[in-house]
Amino acid sequence: MKYTYYPGCSVKATANLYQESIDSVTPLLGIELEELEDWNCCGATAYMSVRELMSFAISARNLALAEKHHRDIVTPCSACYLVLKKTNQYFADYPNLRKKLGQALEAGGLSYSGNTRVRHILNVIVNDVGMEKIAGLVKKKLKGLNVAPYYGCQIVRPHYYGCGADEENIDDPDNPVSMDRLIEATGATCVKYSMKTKCCGSSLMGTEEKQAMKLCMEILADAESNGAHCIVTICPLCQMNLDVYQSKVNRLFGTKFNIPVIYFTQLIGLALDRPAKELGLGRLAVKMTRPMKQILQGA
Amino acid sequence: MNTHKLKQKAIDKDFLDEIAHLPGGERIIDCFQCGTCSGSCPTAHVMDHTPRRLFAMVKAGFREDVLNSNTYWYCTSCYICTVRCPRQIKITDVMYALKRIALKERYVRRKNAAGAFYSSFVDIVERDGRSFEPELMVRFMLKTDPTLLLKNAVLGLKLMKHGRLPIRRNRIKARNELRAIIRKAKSESL
Ligand code: SF4
Ligand code: SF4
Ligand code: SF4
Ligand code: SF4
Repeated sequence: MKYTYYPGCSVKATANLYQESIDSVTPLLGIELEELEDWNCCGATAYMSVRELMSFAISARNLALAEKHHRDIVTPCSACYLVLKKTNQYFADYPNLRKKLGQALEAGGLSYSGNTRVRHILNVIVNDVGMEKIAGLVKKKLKGLNVAPYYGCQIVRPHYYGCGADEENIDDPDNPVSMDRLIEATGATCVKYSMKTKCCGSSLMGTEEKQAMKLCMEILADAESNGAHCIVTICPLCQMNLDVYQSKVNRLFGTKFNIPVIYFTQLIGLALDRPAKELGLGRLAVKMTRPMKQILQGA
Repeated sequence: MNTHKLKQKAIDKDFLDEIAHLPGGERIIDCFQCGTCSGSCPTAHVMDHTPRRLFAMVKAGFREDVLNSNTYWYCTSCYICTVRCPRQIKITDVMYALKRIALKERYVRRKNAAGAFYSSFVDIVERDGRSFEPELMVRFMLKTDPTLLLKNAVLGLKLMKHGRLPIRRNRIKARNELRAIIRKAKSESL
């Protein structure tokens, strides 16, 4: 299965551990990712807050480049996913916007007819590879490991754009379960907790840090009190917030969280018995804890 | 949330129209004040006016009070309100629109950190086609509060220790084409 890959800026930088685990795991799952050549930043929240048409235009450049390859565009970043998908939907829904985007793209020697399908890599792994295949590939059942799935907000929201519950969409916007099933396929236990799609406040982290950290604190507290050994994420921004800022959260709120926050591809990698180094696990700010290691060794 | 008194003297009858003409804002007239948005919003507790109240103010023409409030700056773009709104109002898009109007008309009620952050981001993306986190953060801190540079040094060092701090800017090849697209889009507006 071949896809056009849109990494986004984060996995090329602070989320390099996500990329490492994607590189390690996808070939084993039969997924081939071909990076979209010369892709540009999708713009996300920041750009949309400043200029609407320009924000859609830079995002549409990626969709136009991808359209030439006639394959789905796949991204590991929830923010990019939402922006690209929203651009597609608005392109279809607003004729006036479509016309102007067409003119803007033309100025850059490109055109777009609206046919690129946007997907998150979780969706590809859950639906195209499928649970059965993954369960069959598991070499090391992660028995006894309590994993809290953190979907974050943006991945599950595109529903409202009228995209409906087709196979392009991840899941239910309020109570998604695809990652839950994936966790169970690795033999681990999926922790039930209420914050799995609560926003972590990433877009405020630069500007209203205390508020963002409060949101992170609530998510960490909920996962911990429900017995999670670790949290699993699907977005570089969520991971950064919950992992790298965890010690700062502890300092600010007097908490003592010590919860590793790993990517779902790292979790799959562990179950497929890939070495920790290859999966980028050494780059976590909050290291794997002793109980977690013991469970992994015993598995 | 609080019980802020509204300060504006004359109401602005065109405000509702202004918002309703933006992509995503067209259904705002349908808001029936159920409060689902406010109840779902992760940051409603720090907003001057909750989203529900803000929409009542938009409909009543309190343009100044709406733009002077911190409400839309605290919007994290999590979209949960939009998913849940029984009237299918694209609330998040309205919040974006308010940010854009405020930046354009220079509503800088308090030290506008978000505005500085967004414009630093946009500058870098327009120059390189990609974002570059270290530069973004440094620029932002210089614009707002340079002491943040020191306060956040630890975070930077931590990332560096784990080999997660990018050191080289990442530029796309077709920068001229991207700029042409941006220029064209800039010359038009919705
Ligand atoms: S995640 Fe942010 S920085 Fe990266 S491509 Fe998307 S918008 Fe750009
Ligand atoms: S980083 Fe936070 S705000 Fe962004 S998608 Fe993840 S949960 Fe939502
Ligand atoms: S959820 Fe929708 S209808 Fe209800 S108050 Fe909010 S905007 Fe109005
Ligand atoms: S999108 Fe903004 S207004 Fe809506 S719930 Fe999220 S933070 Fe609140």
